[in-house]
Amino acid sequence: MEKSKENSKPFWRTPLDYREIKKIKGKVFILEDLCKGCGFCIEFCPTGSLERSDKLNSKGYHPPIFNPEKCTGCGFCEKICPEFAIITEKIEMEVK
Amino acid sequence: MSVKILTGTHYMLGDHACAEGAIAAGCRFFAGYPITPATEIAEWISIRLPKFGGVYIQMEDELASMAAVIGASCGGLKSMTATSGPGFSLMVENIGLAVMMEVPCVVVNIQRGAPSTGLPTLVGQADVMQAKWGSHGDYEIVAYAPASCQEMFDLTIEAFNTAERYRIPVIILSDEAVGHLREKVVIPEEKAIKLIERKKPDVSPEEYIPYKTNGDLVPPMAIAGEGYFVHMTGLTHDERGYPAISGEAHEKLVRRLIDKIQKNRGDIIKFEEIETDDADILIVSYGITARSSLKAVQILRKEKIKAGLLRLITIWPFPYEKIEEYAKKVSKIVVAEINSGQVRGEVLKAIKNDLPVIGVHKLGGDLITPYEIVEKIKED
Amino acid sequence: MEIRLKEELKHPLSKWIREDRWPHIWCSGCGIGIAMSSFLYALEELKIEPREVAIVSGIGCTGRVAGYVKVDSYHTTHGRPIPFAIGLKIAKPEMKVIVFSGDGDIVSIGGNHLIHAARRNFDIIVICVNNFNYGMTGGQFGPTTPYKAKTTTTPYGNFEYPFNLPYLAASAGATFVARWTVLHTYYLRQSIKKALKRNGFSFIEVISPCPTGFGRPNKIGEAIDEMKYYKEKSIIKNGIDPKDAELSFHGGNIVVGEFVEIERASYIEILKQSIEEIKGGQK
Repeated sequence: MEKSKENSKPFWRTPLDYREIKKIKGKVFILEDLCKGCGFCIEFCPTGSLERSDKLNSKGYHPPIFNPEKCTGCGFCEKICPEFAIITEKIEMEVK
Repeated sequence: MSVKILTGTHYMLGDHACAEGAIAAGCRFFAGYPITPATEIAEWISIRLPKFGGVYIQMEDELASMAAVIGASCGGLKSMTATSGPGFSLMVENIGLAVMMEVPCVVVNIQRGAPSTGLPTLVGQADVMQAKWGSHGDYEIVAYAPASCQEMFDLTIEAFNTAERYRIPVIILSDEAVGHLREKVVIPEEKAIKLIERKKPDVSPEEYIPYKTNGDLVPPMAIAGEGYFVHMTGLTHDERGYPAISGEAHEKLVRRLIDKIQKNRGDIIKFEEIETDDADILIVSYGITARSSLKAVQILRKEKIKAGLLRLITIWPFPYEKIEEYAKKVSKIVVAEINSGQVRGEVLKAIKNDLPVIGVHKLGGDLITPYEIVEKIKED
Repeated sequence: MEIRLKEELKHPLSKWIREDRWPHIWCSGCGIGIAMSSFLYALEELKIEPREVAIVSGIGCTGRVAGYVKVDSYHTTHGRPIPFAIGLKIAKPEMKVIVFSGDGDIVSIGGNHLIHAARRNFDIIVICVNNFNYGMTGGQFGPTTPYKAKTTTTPYGNFEYPFNLPYLAASAGATFVARWTVLHTYYLRQSIKKALKRNGFSFIEVISPCPTGFGRPNKIGEAIDEMKYYKEKSIIKNGIDPKDAELSFHGGNIVVGEFVEIERASYIEILKQSIEEIKGGQK
């Protein structure tokens, strides 16, 4: 039985519809100059995809930097940002 | 069966005439709190207004009443409240809000013995200065002083028209004597009553700038729910309505609010001159005391003393120019009022020479009789 | 300032924001921005149009919300947004009128208006952002400040007990009462959506960090530390008696949830029916 690149489970643990289900990943855009460095997005991201950068924005705060590898597109960072400085997008990816 | 205003001749209570005048003027929202001697207005309105589809709501206090009146006016309804001295003291903060936001509304103050709880059931005229200076800051207000039940009806309609035309709160400074008087009131046909509506914006929402005027100092008013997305605030604001915290913005805004009334004094100020053409003694009075003053003029004339009466119909803005004009012609001015000299103080402000200004004052509770005025005049 | 990266990539709530007044004045870590965005997301998800909405606010940090939302918004005097909203709703019953203000404005100086509006079951939504102090004036205590807390006017610790706001609103007659922290964005959104769809008086308390006025004097740390405290100490208990909705900073829990949801004829419903009957001559 062939195994997919992403699905390294044995056959009896593979869901039967795994080819139809799309995996969702996310893309996060930071409006850096609006950030006030509160740290909510970094702390409460469930996958740890945001990290405080060393860069300084025009207000003197360190805006977050996004790492797309583990992001699931949940959008919580967008909802928890008090400055309306985060825009998220969901991307559906084919599971091969 | 459609409901109509009570056209015809009636023997009516002053308070009721005021309430019927409000309905005839198009008032469809009343928020108030009962207080002697203005309760009768609320009672009449609570019976009549719902028949016209209007709403009477009794709020928990006068602070809420005034706030609700402003809210309803922002929603497009002509709104009013009625109170007396103690209630007016609670309303002054929000009167300042109505001035700053430029929201038209009418506040009726049936004055009673003051200060504080004072004489709830007896006459007073001591809230004159409070009508002008009650709220903090520099602002202009229009206040009418009805002297009869007919004027309670007519001046309430006039008050609504002035409020709508200039986008200000207008005060009706009546007193308990006129409010609780029953007299003949003639109510005309509805189509004979001229009403003024607030200026509406004539541009699209994208082009609308809430507080921009075209030189006539009164901006057109957009009400809620029509897509204009107004922002109204009590903070000093710029033309867009957004808070602008600077001396320059404040100067521009407050100057316009003052000029709005001051530059239109000619149209707003009203008074009645009785036998003043050849008068040697001028009596200045308003409200119920004006009626005693009228009788005093008649008594004096019979005794060949040339007296005349200047009855103030609008107390604010005050007719300084008219007083100054008379000050050059008469030998003394007598001010009769049921307070310690509030209008007398304004009269003194207007006079440039050292003309004697005599006051006939009672502090509240009793009317000033015509004979008391005559005696005071003859004393000097 | 615009909330967009490029024309095609703008913040989903940008149509609700007065971008010519952006960015807002609230401190770093203040939760009012989250309360505001949860509210706007709720409006978006229900597909409500901006012209159907009116926001009334009072004085205070939360009161500034009215100035940032692109709907008919009114920034009134301290303590009086609720009666103002009552007047506005009666004039425009088809609009959704929301009072968005702070704990000092709604519960202290506006306390009387709160209980009467709840008693009347008046058709407005009151979103009370509770940051446990009077933020705008620099961090003084108020009727929601916890016992023994330090603020600029309680330098020796607060010796007054605070209100339990859901209990207050519910016992005055509110027919929908909820409390969430700004961390519970999803649940807050759901509660606001429920409030927008129903008639009658809805009261939602939103607990927010205030690092400047409350967090720092009480050694809670930065706003992030206060948010972590909420995460650790909050418990969702839907449907309990609001009397038991504990809010403790001294080792207890922060109980959140939707506590009260009652169906009862609302003021506007009764008013409309009443006027129909009066006009029809039946009364």
